[in-house]
Amino acid sequence: MFSKILIANRGEIACRIIRTARRMGIKTVAVYSDADADALHVREADEAVLIGPPPAVSSYLRIDAIVKACKETGAEAVHPGYGFLSENPAFPKALEKAKVAFIGPPAKAIAAMGDKIAAKKLAEKIGINTIPGHLDAIADVASAVKIARRVGYPVMVKAAAGGGGKGMRVARNDAEVREGFRLAAGEAKASFGDDRLFIERYIEEPRHIEIQILGDRSGNIIHLGERECSIQRRHQKIIEEAPSPFIDAATREAMGQQAVALARAVGYTSAGTVEFVVDQSGRFYFLEMNTRLQVEHPVTEAVTGLDLVEIMIRIAAGENLPLRQTDVRLTGWAIEARLCAEDPLRNFLPSIGRLTHYRPPMDMEGIRIDSGVVEGGEIGIHYDPMIAKLIAFGRSRGQAIARLRAALDAFHIRGISHNMSFLAATVATRRFASGRLSTNFIDEEFPGGFSGVRPSVELTRQLLALAAAVHRQCIEREASIDGQLVGHGPRIPEDWVAVLGDGQRSLSVAPAAEGCDVAMDDRVFTVRGHWTFGSPLFSASVDGDMMTVQVQRRRIGYRLLHAGVEFDVMLLAERTAELWRLMPKKRGRDTTQFLLSPMPGLLKTVAVKPGQDVKAGEELAVVEAMKMENILRSDRDGRIARIHAQPGASLAVDQPILEFV
Amino acid sequence: MQDILRQLEEKRAQARAGGGARRVAAQHAKGKLTARERIDVLLDADSFEEYDMFVEHRSADFGLADQKIPGDGVVTGWGTINGRKVFIFSQDFTVFGGALSEAHAEKICKIMDQALKVGAPVIGLNDSGGARIQEGVASLAGYAQVFQRNVLASGVIPQISLIMGPCAGGAVYSPAMTDFIFMVRDSSYMFVTGPDVVKTVTHEAVTHEQLGGASTHSTKSGIADLAFANDIEALLQLRRFVDFLPTSNRAKAPARPTEDLHDRIETSLDTLVPASPNKSYDIKELIHKVADEGDFFELQPDYAGNIVIGFGRLEGQTVGFVANQPMVLAGCLDIASSIKAARFVRFCDCFDIPIVTFVDVPGFLPGTAQEHGGIIRHGAKLLYAFAEATVPKVTVITRKAYGGAYDVMSSKHLRGDVNYAWPTAEIAVMGPKGAVEIIFRGDLGDRQKVADRTEDYRRKFASPFIAAHRGFIDDVIMPHSTRRRICRALAMLRDKKLENPWKKHDNIPL
Repeated sequence: MFSKILIANRGEIACRIIRTARRMGIKTVAVYSDADADALHVREADEAVLIGPPPAVSSYLRIDAIVKACKETGAEAVHPGYGFLSENPAFPKALEKAKVAFIGPPAKAIAAMGDKIAAKKLAEKIGINTIPGHLDAIADVASAVKIARRVGYPVMVKAAAGGGGKGMRVARNDAEVREGFRLAAGEAKASFGDDRLFIERYIEEPRHIEIQILGDRSGNIIHLGERECSIQRRHQKIIEEAPSPFIDAATREAMGQQAVALARAVGYTSAGTVEFVVDQSGRFYFLEMNTRLQVEHPVTEAVTGLDLVEIMIRIAAGENLPLRQTDVRLTGWAIEARLCAEDPLRNFLPSIGRLTHYRPPMDMEGIRIDSGVVEGGEIGIHYDPMIAKLIAFGRSRGQAIARLRAALDAFHIRGISHNMSFLAATVATRRFASGRLSTNFIDEEFPGGFSGVRPSVELTRQLLALAAAVHRQCIEREASIDGQLVGHGPRIPEDWVAVLGDGQRSLSVAPAAEGCDVAMDDRVFTVRGHWTFGSPLFSASVDGDMMTVQVQRRRIGYRLLHAGVEFDVMLLAERTAELWRLMPKKRGRDTTQFLLSPMPGLLKTVAVKPGQDVKAGEELAVVEAMKMENILRSDRDGRIARIHAQPGASLAVDQPILEFV
Repeated sequence: MQDILRQLEEKRAQARAGGGARRVAAQHAKGKLTARERIDVLLDADSFEEYDMFVEHRSADFGLADQKIPGDGVVTGWGTINGRKVFIFSQDFTVFGGALSEAHAEKICKIMDQALKVGAPVIGLNDSGGARIQEGVASLAGYAQVFQRNVLASGVIPQISLIMGPCAGGAVYSPAMTDFIFMVRDSSYMFVTGPDVVKTVTHEAVTHEQLGGASTHSTKSGIADLAFANDIEALLQLRRFVDFLPTSNRAKAPARPTEDLHDRIETSLDTLVPASPNKSYDIKELIHKVADEGDFFELQPDYAGNIVIGFGRLEGQTVGFVANQPMVLAGCLDIASSIKAARFVRFCDCFDIPIVTFVDVPGFLPGTAQEHGGIIRHGAKLLYAFAEATVPKVTVITRKAYGGAYDVMSSKHLRGDVNYAWPTAEIAVMGPKGAVEIIFRGDLGDRQKVADRTEDYRRKFASPFIAAHRGFIDDVIMPHSTRRRICRALAMLRDKKLENPWKKHDNIPL
C-alpha cells in the first residue's frame, strides 16, 4: 500500500479523497493555486504544494507542476478526482514515466473512450445497444427519408457541426423528414457554415441512467448498479439517485452486463461509469463512458456500503477487487443534490464572494455532506461553482427525499447566492416524488426559468404558526428589558395580525409548555420548540411534524425560508395592523429601471452618459471582481437617465450603477 | 354628576377628533397617520397619559378667535415603550396644519420640563407647517422656548425627533438640537428655506423631496440618522431604537437577557482581512459577528459610509460601535465621517454607553476639497470626542492604523482602556511604500533598492508588535476570539470611574 498520495484536484472532491486516505493511514499532499491558498483542501491535507496562478491552465491542469510536486513530496500515487486532468491520457503517461502510480484507469482506456465517435463504434461492434442512426453525412432528401425509415420514427435530423439546439429537427414521418432536412441544412449552413447532416433515432422523454463499474488489474470487472441522473439543467446534473426509480432488476442486469463488456473490451481498471440514455419503454442506449470517479459516486457508495475511493486506491496499489459481482447488494435509497454558488433567480448567474456564513446541517440522520468550503472562505470565479454535495440516504425513496428536504432547509449560507431554494423546490415537486423523471424535467417543471415557489395553503399556515412563535418570543424578550416602571410593565397581547403582501390574517398566540399554540382559521396549531435568539434556524414541531425554517429579521418583519419558499411576513398588533392598511403601497424601490451590480466589485468604467440612447446588448459598464472584468450590457433598448456610481467606486451586490429613463 | 361626566367625554371626543373627518382623510390620503394614531403605534398599548388636551390658543387676530380646537395642534403626554417611560409630543397636521402657536409650544415645553425632572427621553413626532403666522412673534417666542429646553436637556435626557411631515424654517432647529433625527420617505421634509424661496434667490429649481426629503438628508447632508419607508415602520423601529438608550444620564443603559454566549468563537473572522493589503472587506461583518445575536442598529448607513456607527449589545448591555469601513474610500477619515462619528461618540459618552472601536484606517483623505473644507477642524472633532470620553473604551485594530488617524481612533494615548490588535494589524506612521519614498528619497531611481527597503519597512513596522513592545497595544488577539475578549474587557470596565477636570463647558472645535 502507498504511504503517501497526492490529490491533483481541489474543492469537495479533494477533501473527500483526503478523508478516505487518512482513514487508510495514508499521508496526503494537496496541490493548490494562488487563489486556493486558504482553501479547505489545503488545510485538510498533511502537506500542500503551490502549483501556480489561479487560472486552471496555469495550475490544476499543469502536468509538469504536479509531477514535480510528487517528486518533491515523495508521493507514490496521484488521485486525479474528476474534471481537470482526470480524463487526460497524457497525465497517467507522464506519471508512469516519473514512476508515480495513477489512481485511475490505464491511459489506453482513457484514450479509447475519450473519442466519442470511436467509443460508439467500438460499442456497436461488441454488441452494445447504441442509438440507431446513420453516422455518416447524408447526401440528399431522398436518402434521408430512406435512412429515417430504416432507423425508425421518430428521428432527429442533426447538423454535424451542431450545438445549442441549432440545426436540429425532430421528424415523425417522411414528410417531416423532407421538411426537417431542408430547414436543418439551411440553419446549419447559416450558423456553422457546414450543412452536413446526420440522422438518429429521437428518444422522447429520455432518462439519463448510468452504471458504475469497477475493475482490477487481474481482469475482474463488476458493476455496482445504476444511478439515475435525469434531473439536469442545460446538461448539468443537479440531482442524482441510486437506484433509479424506473428500471427493474432485469434491465439493471442487462445494462450492467453491457457496461462490464465495454470495460473489458478496453482493458479497464479502477472506477468508471458507462452512461446510457433510456427511453420511456425501458430500452437503453449507450451514450459514453466516463473514465473517472463521478461527482455523484456517493449515492452508489450509500446503497452499496462501499468506499469507491478506497477501492480505487487499493486497485492502483495492485490489490484485487474486494468483492465479486454476486457480493454486490443494493440496500435502501440515496439521493444527491449539488449545491452551487449560482443565483437561480438571476438565470443561474455564478455568484462569487466571501462565505460570511456557511453552516451545513449537523448530525442529521442519513445525511452525508461533502463540502469543499468553510465559513469565511472565498468563492472565486476560476473554478466550478459547485461548493458542496448533500447526500441523503433512507430505507425507501420517500425517506431519502424527506431527509434531503430537511437537510436543505437546515443548510445556512450567507454572503453569496446559491441554488438551495431551487434544489429544495425541485425535490419538493410532486413529479419528483412520483419518480416520473426525464432530462426535460427542469424545463417542464419550471418553464420560463425559476422564479421562486409559492407555498400551499397548508404550508402558509404552518409558516405563519412558526413566524408567530418566533415573534412571540421576540416580544416577550423585549418586554423583559430592565429599567421598567415597577408595576407598569407592558402586557403581551395574544391577538396579532399577520401581514402577508397585501393581505392580513388574524391569529392568536397562547404560550404553552415548550412552545405556543397558534390559533387561526378556526384551527389551533401546536408549535413546540424554542428559537434561540439570533439563530438563523428554527426547528420546531407543528402539529407533531418537525419543520426547520431559516429565520431572518428584516426591518419590522421576518423572512422565513423553507422548501424553496421565501416567506415574508410582519406580525402587528391589531391596532397597528388596522393602521397599516392606510400605508401607501411602496414596493421598495422599483429596481427594474436600474442597472444593478451583479456582484461585489470595483466599477472600472461607465461606457454611457446621461441622456444617451442605448440598444439591448450594448456595453454599459465594466465591473472588476476577482481580477476579472465583467462587462455589463443593456438588457433593453432605452435611454440613460442618471449615473449613480462613478468609476473607481466599490460596489456592493445589487448596488445601482445607473438608471434608465 | 352624570352630566358633568358626559361633558368631559364630549370634550375629550372633540379633542380626539382633531381637525375633523375631512382633514383626517386628507392626512391619510397622503399616506400619513394622525398624531394620535402615531402614538398608538409607538407606545405600549393603553400606556399613554395625555396632558393638556383642553389647551387652546389665545389669539384673536385674523379670525382665529372663533377657530379653536382643543389641544391646539399638538398631542403631548407620556407613556411607556416596553415598560420604560418616555415623554412624547406629536404634532397634529389636521389642526391648523400643525402650526406652532404660543400655547402649542407651552405644551411641548411642559412635557420637556417634566421629562428633565424625572429623567426620561423626549420623543418628538414632527408634522407641522411651521409658525402660527397669525400669532406673530408670540409663535417665534414659542419656538425659542423649545430651543432653550432642547439645549438644557441635551446630554441629560435622550431627545429623538421623528420627522413625519413638513418641518421647515425655524422649526428645523428644534430637531437639529436633538440627539437623533429619523425621517419618513416621501412624506417628510426639512429645510430652512423652501423651494419657492430658493427659486427666487438662486434660480435653482428643486422639489421639496430633492431639497430636504428623507433621501437627501440620509445620503447627502447627514442630517437624518435613518429614513424609513412609512410611518409604521418608522414608529416600530423607533421602539427598537429606544430599547438601546438609557432614560437619562443618571441611569445605566438598559440590559435585556440574551442567549448569546460571551465566549462565542467565530473562526471565520480569521480570514476576514484579505491577504492583499489593497483588497477591501466589509467591517460590518465583524460588527455583526461580535454583537449579541448579530443585532446591530446602524445609524447613517448611507452617509459617510467610510465610517460605520450604531448600537448593539454585548452580554445584553448596550454598546456603541464605531468602525472604519475599508469598503468605502478605503476607510479614510474625511470631514463627513469625522463629524458623523464624533457626534455619535459624544452621545455615547453623555449617556454612559461603552464605545467599541474597530480600526482599519489608512489616514485622512487628501485633497483640496478636504483641506479647504476644513478637515483640520472637523477631523479634530473626532479626536476631541474620543479624547474627552470617560466611558469604557475598547479598541481593536484589525489592519491599518496609520499616522494621525491611528491616534484619533480611540488609541491608547487618548485614554483607551483596552486596546487590542489582530495579528494582521499594521501600526505605523504610514504604509511601507510611502514611508520608503520619504526616508530613502535618494534611492527612488533604483527599483530593487526601493523594493528591498519597502520589504524591510514592512517587516519591521507593518505589524502590531512595535506598538505592543511599547504597551500601546495591550495584547495581540486572535480574530476568532474578538467577541470574548471585548466582552471580558467590558465586564472588567463596568465600574470604571474617570472624571475630566471641572470646567464650565468644553470648547470643542465646532
